[in-house]
Amino acid sequence: MKLRYLFTTAGTSVWTHRTRSLLTILGIVIGVASIMLIVSIGKGAEKLILDQIGGMGADTIVVRPGKEPTGPSDFADTLFADSLKDADVAALKKKSNVPDLVEIVPAVIVSGTASYRGETYRPTTFGWSVELLSRMFKVYPVEGILFGEDEIRANANVAVIGAKVKEELFGIESAVGKNVRIKDKNFRIVGVFESHGQAAFLNVDETIVIPYTTAQKYLLGITYYHEIMMRAESPDVVAQTVRDIEATLRTSHKIPDSGENDFFIETQQGLVDQISTIIGVLTAFLSSVVAISLVVGGIGVMNIMLVSVTERTREIGLRKALGATNRDILSQFLVESVLLTLSGGLIGILGGVLLSLAASLVLSITVGTSWGFTLPLSAALLAIGVSVAVGLVFGIYPARQASQKSPIEALRYE
Amino acid sequence: MALIEAQNVGKIYHTGKVETQALREASFTINAGEFVSIMGPSGSGKSTLLHVLGFLDRNTEGMYRFDGKTIDDYSSNELARVRNKRMGFVFQSFNLLAKATVIENVKLPLLYSDVHEKLWDEMARHAVDSVGLSHRIGYHSSDLSGGEKQRVAIARALVNNPAVVFADEPTGNLDSKSGAQVMGIIENLHHQGKTIILITHETYTAEYAQRIITLADGRIENDRKVREDTKSINRHFVK
Repeated sequence: MKLRYLFTTAGTSVWTHRTRSLLTILGIVIGVASIMLIVSIGKGAEKLILDQIGGMGADTIVVRPGKEPTGPSDFADTLFADSLKDADVAALKKKSNVPDLVEIVPAVIVSGTASYRGETYRPTTFGWSVELLSRMFKVYPVEGILFGEDEIRANANVAVIGAKVKEELFGIESAVGKNVRIKDKNFRIVGVFESHGQAAFLNVDETIVIPYTTAQKYLLGITYYHEIMMRAESPDVVAQTVRDIEATLRTSHKIPDSGENDFFIETQQGLVDQISTIIGVLTAFLSSVVAISLVVGGIGVMNIMLVSVTERTREIGLRKALGATNRDILSQFLVESVLLTLSGGLIGILGGVLLSLAASLVLSITVGTSWGFTLPLSAALLAIGVSVAVGLVFGIYPARQASQKSPIEALRYE
Repeated sequence: MALIEAQNVGKIYHTGKVETQALREASFTINAGEFVSIMGPSGSGKSTLLHVLGFLDRNTEGMYRFDGKTIDDYSSNELARVRNKRMGFVFQSFNLLAKATVIENVKLPLLYSDVHEKLWDEMARHAVDSVGLSHRIGYHSSDLSGGEKQRVAIARALVNNPAVVFADEPTGNLDSKSGAQVMGIIENLHHQGKTIILITHETYTAEYAQRIITLADGRIENDRKVREDTKSINRHFVK
């Protein structure tokens, strides 16, 4: 039997029982639409995060103390590790050691609250170079100025605060020139950042930046750093620069050839790869959970196809009497099953696109950032492929039942 | 030349542990172009014989030869091909696809044939025309009268130009006028050279044939030629 007639016959049968067909494919529709939605949100999140990380620059390199974390508990260890010191910064700054570095700034993290005249807020406080933060995240002051190298060298008690910190502590008052209290020390606010929201792992609005020298000496009383942030000359030399940094720090820390590093180096590209992998695994996991609904949908299709085979037993007998082979009957019912699931898949894709659009709008509003609508073609093609596969897998049994019927018994069926 | 040759053909049905002998020791030949009625009361085995002769079922005893080849020489796919190319079927309950139009029903055997698709429409129209239903060609079969439905079934049986037409109680569900019309068409097919095998339990319908094989309890009780003079008397009686 020609393929065109197989599809025409199947289409007629599906259309004749359109309400039943629609209800049958509901499981497939929901399954495919959900997978499309999950993939779309996953891709949207990936794009958003990667854009923000990308904003930090593919030439950014970060060195952290301690062993590279392999689990959540290891992250705490890096906070207490004291292997990165002034001598390391000095060694890294030497052009003979790391020739392709253009910028190097250490940083420390200060925990605790900040207060102003009885108002208290818990910001993320960094001892850092505020100029580097401004360049890296493209965030600029709306009030006042940024502190510079002079203030860092002088261990000055100055701070630049984020928009949310300003709002919580000062309300509508101007904050510049006023003192904010951090760990019982007063810091004069020299600048307030514009509202910027989340950037990579940092919410600039909830941040206070003070000179890292001041944070080390007056707030924490430590001589080491929590990280050293660097920029290579270009993304192309990052790999070589990482090797140079490692060699420099191993020499500086007197680590023997066979010894393990007491620091670890992260690049933006490495981070991008890690995040892509994590989001990919999460998307695949969620999709496979949702795929269970496709199995349920497939069972529904099989059930209805078995009903259809029973209802059309006489038709099967007639077709066989008129010359249809077992293969013709098998193909006819298999095509009908595939047509059902494929229709479900296509409706599901359409539903998934609409849901993804709605989700991107809702997320743009709730997250407060532009959540781009992403719908990869591969997901749509996969959905079509899976729908066809479900039709074939769950249609083969009823189709076989139909094809094995004896013509005369089928013709006698009442 | 013998188109159909049966030697001691028998059929036993197995239902669980129960064996039912529906047909036994049926021996006869039917030549190409012959019109043969198979008669008998209900349960006499006439439908079983038609199913075996029409390759819809296999005999369990004896030897059945069609076109010079025994049924055992054919695979199930080959049986389907022979049914499609060499045989046409007309059933008592019409067996039309209710949602399909007259021409779609008539085309059905062509879907499984090796006839080129371009010819299908012309062949189907010709078959519909030959049973006088050209004016109903686009109708759904559910909108036709019983007589018209049976004429569509005859057109469907003819569309592939078969060597033999098997008609199983073709007038069983029809009033006498429609029945006479249908039998007129079948008789006309015979005049055109087709081999006709008609199953019926009515004597006056059986007598359209040249020869009547009568079955009783699964055995051939009688195999006789029909006298032309009794034919006209019976038909007159029916009218």
